[in-house]
Amino acid sequence: MKYVLLFVGTMEDQERFENMPADQMEAGMKAAGKWFEDYSRAGKIVGGEQLKGPQTATTVRFNDGKPIVTDGPFVESKEIIGGFAVVEVKDLDEALEMAKSWPAGPVEVWPAVER
Amino acid sequence: MVRIIGNFDIAEEVVQDSLLAALETWPEQGIPDRPGAWLMTTARRRAIDLLRRDHRYADKVALLERSTVNPDPPEADDRLRLIFTCCHPALATEAQVALTLRAVAGFTTQEIAAAFLVSEPTMAQRIVRAKRKIVEANIPYRVPQGPELVPRVDAVLAVLYLMFNEGYLSHSPATAMRRDLAEDAQWLTLLVDRLMPNQPEVLGLLALTMLNLARSAARFDAAGEMVLLPDQDRALWDRAKIAEGISTLERAGSMRAPGPYQLQAAIAAVHAESRSWQETDWPQIVRLYDALLGMSSSPVVRLNRAVALAQVAGPEVALGEVNDLAIALAGYHLLHSTRAELLDQLGEHQLAREARLRALELCQNPAERSLLERKLAG
Repeated sequence: MKYVLLFVGTMEDQERFENMPADQMEAGMKAAGKWFEDYSRAGKIVGGEQLKGPQTATTVRFNDGKPIVTDGPFVESKEIIGGFAVVEVKDLDEALEMAKSWPAGPVEVWPAVER
Repeated sequence: MVRIIGNFDIAEEVVQDSLLAALETWPEQGIPDRPGAWLMTTARRRAIDLLRRDHRYADKVALLERSTVNPDPPEADDRLRLIFTCCHPALATEAQVALTLRAVAGFTTQEIAAAFLVSEPTMAQRIVRAKRKIVEANIPYRVPQGPELVPRVDAVLAVLYLMFNEGYLSHSPATAMRRDLAEDAQWLTLLVDRLMPNQPEVLGLLALTMLNLARSAARFDAAGEMVLLPDQDRALWDRAKIAEGISTLERAGSMRAPGPYQLQAAIAAVHAESRSWQETDWPQIVRLYDALLGMSSSPVVRLNRAVALAQVAGPEVALGEVNDLAIALAGYHLLHSTRAELLDQLGEHQLAREARLRALELCQNPAERSLLERKLAG
């Protein structure tokens, strides 16, 4: 079954991350990279990306069918999505195991609609 | 069952039926040597009856009839799987409790709603949502293995503990004590112990429920008024149950893996073995509370420790501790009634009265309310 793991955090987390000393940031990136690598090799990761900060996001919404483009993410909140992974595993417990071993903060686990 | 039938709803219904049958038969005939196999046989028989009514399941009936009951390995028992599934941490705690009561203990939605003071539609929705999440998120129907097991057992025990406490001293304004709920929680704990022997904390919780229920007869007087521990007639305590609770606790203790339920049971055991409130080994109780606080710093545990501390170090020291908790437990009636008791001992009767009035405002349980009212009048 497919799940989407959303790597979430607060704005403060994001700022802290961006202002980290280079060696710390590198270590953090390395740990996250290794997580992706290990699970990809195990055949459990179908896709995933690290996202740039929310100040780089743009939202398109529709007003009477007319697209309106605005700056920033759709959901105005203090929490942000830093990245995601699409995983293919047996059940929720296996997805939760992956989430528990993610080295960089909280993870939301969403089951995907099966087609 | 879920594994064989592949449908949580039907499997749940079947397991419930066999558990109901068990609840009806076991008190008379005693618990069979292998409750797991017994339940599985009953569940299988009932599943066949149920499914026969439904032609779409013809193949599955054939499958069931071919399968023989696996004689007893605990991992083969579906009740345990059901309990672990109902108590999965991906479900909200209230949903875990409700689902366990519904699917494992066979309570009706109406009964569960009444026990937790919500309307029946609200409870029904909570249960439906939880079931849907089990299916949609594919929460596995299995007993967790390896390093996952201990935290998951803790989650199961937390649900049973909550159920027991609600039964032992209800929050409900309607009844002071729901022994059926408390005894069911104990029965489920016993079931978990049978299915998964030698788990120290399971035994700890079992001992705790035994030692608490052993005092039942002394907790309410002839008029139905609540009697607190210091004033209980200890001759009414059930000595056989106390002995059983203590030997269960000793079995847990011999495994040398202490935990919060074993410590709470140990505190209950010290009380159970004391001839009177005055002769209680209070320093021992304070030490046990200290150990408990070392595992989790809960303000409610600190409050209970303060009651024991009053016996060792005097009411003034204890009152200091209680006052430190005034913010954390501002909405908890027992904070205020404990303060009232300590203030009375210090001769501050006016302040004690104010604290008791505050406790009364916050308290829902009729027996506890009546006790507070009597103290205010006296």
